[in-house]
Amino acid sequence: MSERLQDIELRLLLEGIFLRYSHDFRNYSKASLKRRVLQALTRFDCPSISTLQERVLRDPALFAELLQFITIPVSEMFRDPGYFLALRQQVVPILRTYPSLKVWIAGCSTGEEVFSMAILFQEEGLLERTLFYATDINPRSMEKARQGIFPLERMRAYTASYQKAGGTRAFSDYYTAAYDGVLFDKSLIANVTFADHSLATDSVFSETQLVSCRNVLIYFNKNLQNRALGLFHESLSHRGFLGLGSKESLDFSAYASHFEPVVKQERLFRRL
Amino acid sequence: MFPPLKPLRLIVIGASAGGLQVLLPLAVVLHLPDDRNSRLAELFQQRLALRVREAEDKDAILPGSLYFAPPGYHLLVEDDFTLSLSRDEPVQFSRPSIDVLFESAADALGEQVCGILLTGANQDGASGLHALAQNRGITVVQSPQSAEVPTMPEAALKRFHPDFVLDVPGIHLLLIELERDHG
Repeated sequence: MSERLQDIELRLLLEGIFLRYSHDFRNYSKASLKRRVLQALTRFDCPSISTLQERVLRDPALFAELLQFITIPVSEMFRDPGYFLALRQQVVPILRTYPSLKVWIAGCSTGEEVFSMAILFQEEGLLERTLFYATDINPRSMEKARQGIFPLERMRAYTASYQKAGGTRAFSDYYTAAYDGVLFDKSLIANVTFADHSLATDSVFSETQLVSCRNVLIYFNKNLQNRALGLFHESLSHRGFLGLGSKESLDFSAYASHFEPVVKQERLFRRL
Repeated sequence: MFPPLKPLRLIVIGASAGGLQVLLPLAVVLHLPDDRNSRLAELFQQRLALRVREAEDKDAILPGSLYFAPPGYHLLVEDDFTLSLSRDEPVQFSRPSIDVLFESAADALGEQVCGILLTGANQDGASGLHALAQNRGITVVQSPQSAEVPTMPEAALKRFHPDFVLDVPGIHLLLIELERDHG
């Protein structure tokens, strides 16, 4: 009984957030979103979702906090090294034939994927001729990405992944350690444009040759997944590449017949 | 041996250390090292007359199927009877987490779900199984004395009284009973 009430409250909260702040979570996968909202109740000391709704609608600063909470950035560098290895071996040789490149990293969060991709492009001699668009709905995450500071304690795991991903140098060449953090070489992201962009409400902004969007679609329901895939399809040039997360697929999506697998295991596809 | 049981739509199972011998249907979290080329589904397919697969995002839950949570992802049940995945932070140091599966199943399916918590070396699953009980699902805990590692069953028993505390043969009989009622 109480839980059906909670579902009503959740819908009202999402509707309210959309009307007030134009952030659209209405087509997110419900189970994990609800889990986060319920955790937010504890965090913000609210007895019910309705209470949270009232406070969020009246207080933009609280909404910024909540946004941080429900888009919790969990990321790592060279996550799923096989993906980056496949990019390096199967996609880069084709990208090399283009005089200039545009790459869209959708849902870039705190920038781990952006730096990973930039390092790969640097080592393959493509960085100079590439313009990256790194987009996210969370401005605070993107601010962290721009700073390029990551915890020192993660570097051992990242180094191992970097090597498995086919890295050709010492990973520590790319950063300077200070205290418990490391600062990545800013020249890596000199050609990165960070932009506030929502796969739920915004449209395509540029033609691209590669779209990498990993572990973002799992948070969307089918309708929103199809919307996002439509944007990627529209953005990609003829025979452009699309990379998804290791458990995401185009099967059963509205765009299944618009792409062919390049490396199926690593969820790399090519626009037909 | 069992009182009359309610009709069910899903059985959720959670196990950690020592849990490989006792699994039957349907959505399963087994704690494993975060290695994405898990061969669990392959291994169990050879032993079971069920369709066994590692869950993919938005998989429809089909009869006669067993879904494993992929290593490194939480597995959740949606109220349209599909499965979804998330890369949210670990819960109880675990991803996949049994709590996340059980709590989402409790929320989505209420009394139409049976949760089984098996052997394990941490506290994951106790709060999720409790949530299932509060939503009137059927709850089963492996008896600690029969568990290879009793920590997980004991953590659940400290929180609440499940419908059944059974050893592995007992759980097996219960599953057969549930299957029969389902058919």
